[in-house]
Amino acid sequence: MTDLLTKHSFVELGARQRAKALLDAGTFRELIDPFQRVMSPWLGRQGVVPQADDGVIIAKGSIGGMPVVVAAIEGNFQGGSLGEVGGAKIAGALELAAGDNRNGIPTRAVLLLETGGVRLQEANLGLAAIADIHAAIVDLRQYQPVIGVVAGSVGCFGGMSIAAGLCSYLVVTREARLGLNGPQVIEQEAGLDEYDSRDRPFIWSLTGGEQRFNSGLVDRYVADDVAQIQQTVTALMHAGLPAQQRSRQVDFYLARLTELDTTAQIVPAAVCELYQGERP
Amino acid sequence: METLSFEFPAGQPPKGRALVGCVGSGDLEVLLEPGTPGRLTIEVQTSVNGAEQRWQHLFERIFQEQMPPAMHIDIHDFGATPGVVRLRLEQGFEEIDHD
Repeated sequence: MTDLLTKHSFVELGARQRAKALLDAGTFRELIDPFQRVMSPWLGRQGVVPQADDGVIIAKGSIGGMPVVVAAIEGNFQGGSLGEVGGAKIAGALELAAGDNRNGIPTRAVLLLETGGVRLQEANLGLAAIADIHAAIVDLRQYQPVIGVVAGSVGCFGGMSIAAGLCSYLVVTREARLGLNGPQVIEQEAGLDEYDSRDRPFIWSLTGGEQRFNSGLVDRYVADDVAQIQQTVTALMHAGLPAQQRSRQVDFYLARLTELDTTAQIVPAAVCELYQGERP
Repeated sequence: METLSFEFPAGQPPKGRALVGCVGSGDLEVLLEPGTPGRLTIEVQTSVNGAEQRWQHLFERIFQEQMPPAMHIDIHDFGATPGVVRLRLEQGFEEIDHD
């Protein structure tokens, strides 16, 4: 109980509050703020109410005194889906951060990912923006770490799960989920017998934060606590670039997947063993 | 989706601006900015059609208790109940006062 009283939930914060909570006090400065009304031009004409910031908050500031840009996705607006505007805001912020580095300013990036991936109403424009985000992460991560945080409760799916995979470091909580396809999509494609999207323990046992950490697919597993997440992100920023980017370990993962016996339904423990076994 | 416009008599403009809420299920986003003295203008974009009277009555009830400051308010509504709308507006008024 005392533990509960001293903790401040990160998951319950909105995207703008999350960005503020991570940045050093008083350094939060929002780029393309909601009063500039750079909104989706596509949602209104499809009868969907837009949001003034298109569900993406870009904030510059510092963490532990280090210059950083934070991109936070609001999971409560359209499932955190990325359209043309929100996607361009993230890609542009990362490109500017890479530009900073080429000009001698060591800007890092933190991505707060709560997203189902591309916004279906904006189709190819959203996909193009997500591809720009991928390219920008790969560019920036040569200079400074790009840190992804999936706190929950939306999780991170679709093209943005690839963005998560490209990050220098990934931080998750128990609430988080990370996967290429969302549970309902898998159920629809593979059938209820294979994947029941309503079975929450089953879904989290395969794609939840704890399982992803135990499988070695993310770097830090933290409690849903503002202070702990803040400290973890700060420590990763201090750690500098990883010895090897996870997304460069293609040969290792491909070799592992080739060994997999797909005749039986895989269980979570077998996934951990598959990915965590002997490393080269 | 519908876009509705409202206008009410008001006092002097506030100094700051405020943003509260989110366009999430059963919630709304409210942007409050200083307007021209004596006028309060509100533009509502809502996912619920045919509710103009309800918005009108709700605003009248809130503003008859106290003269609002002169503002332009933009509302992006995703099916919020009148109770939630009122809470968000009051939250917005409180935050605009702090600036």
